[in-house]
Amino acid sequence: MTYLADVAALTHKDLRIELRGRDTLPAMLLFVLSTLVVFHFAIPDDAGDTAAYGLLWVAIVFTALLGLARAWVPEQEHGVLDGLVLAPCDRSAIWLGKTLATLAFLLAAQAVALPAFVLFFEPLDATAVAGVLLADLGICAVGSLMSAMAAAGRAREVLLPLLVLPLAIPLIVGGVGAAVSEDGERFLLFLLLYDAVFAVLSWASFEYVVTE
Amino acid sequence: MGLALVLALIVAPEDADQGISQRIFYIHVPIALTAYFCFGLGAVKALLLLWRGDERYDLESYVAIHQGTIFGALTLITGAIWAKASWGVWWTWSSNQLVLFLVLFLFYCAYFMLRFSLEDGPRRARSSAVYALFGVALIPVSFLAIRLAEDFIHPTVFTRDGPQMSGSMFATFVISWGAVTLLAYVLYRVELAGKRLDADLRELREALQ
Repeated sequence: MTYLADVAALTHKDLRIELRGRDTLPAMLLFVLSTLVVFHFAIPDDAGDTAAYGLLWVAIVFTALLGLARAWVPEQEHGVLDGLVLAPCDRSAIWLGKTLATLAFLLAAQAVALPAFVLFFEPLDATAVAGVLLADLGICAVGSLMSAMAAAGRAREVLLPLLVLPLAIPLIVGGVGAAVSEDGERFLLFLLLYDAVFAVLSWASFEYVVTE
Repeated sequence: MGLALVLALIVAPEDADQGISQRIFYIHVPIALTAYFCFGLGAVKALLLLWRGDERYDLESYVAIHQGTIFGALTLITGAIWAKASWGVWWTWSSNQLVLFLVLFLFYCAYFMLRFSLEDGPRRARSSAVYALFGVALIPVSFLAIRLAEDFIHPTVFTRDGPQMSGSMFATFVISWGAVTLLAYVLYRVELAGKRLDADLRELREALQ
């Protein structure tokens, strides 16, 4: 139970920082809305309905990247990460806490972005929304590990998209498939598989990335 | 290697459908398999590094992935040439293997970016190792994704039954494969020796200062 308490405390810390500073969430919200507006002008009228679903996924992935790029900034600026690593808790709890906090930001951004998408472009069915939720989970799990790796480097802002995008390609396939395919459940299963594989891998390997 | 080239170019019978262009198969497929092998080797060494904590594995993993990326790039190039010869275009999204190699190529290029961005030390070794492990998990997942993506990108599924190879074609293929693997191994040893020499030299210079 202490593990869960640690995770809850870490997530709570991130959410409270965000409530006080408001650094990340407003930026993500504005970004995803502006992207949708840009897409209206970027796709020609005769491009067809399904093109919009693809663009929704581009918007989601880049919004997640925006949030992930900020994820470890508070820890880096004040040397908090060293303290957390030294704290008597399991290191993977740090990863899980960060993943949950990032997921909360992303879900909050999507609570606005998805209705806006329906309003501007095409309707979304339950399978498509389930696809979005599962892909969020995957991208936050993988992304918060990659972000911790990139944060230690010299070129962190540039590095993060390079690290995450090749790993996000299967998520995009699953998400777009869930939205446009007749047989969407198959893609949901695939997303579930991806989440399971990469969440376990990230959970197990986080400790190696942060310790000196 | 020379023997393999001779066999591939002259001895093996021509494919009835594709003619002369089919001969690139003897180069392209062994190179692709060798690239997979190098990525796999890099991941095994990465796992050993995380498990045993021996610094030696870091360099070995890096060199294996370096070779894998070079062979991956060669796969893309030979694949593009083959696609041009048999389908008339340089690039086609309907070839699963080529798309997979493009994804992997991007992934492993990011590996080098990560490596060169971090400062030398055990943390860099472990971060690189973790990323290399993600790579081998990505290979089957991406392959599955690309297969699934065909459903909505290409409604008509592009199926082609594996070519039934005659005995001499198969022998040529196996010899080419062996030759390319040997080439990769020699390159691996040479690069590893070079890198170790570099590291020794640096230590020596620091000791002298």
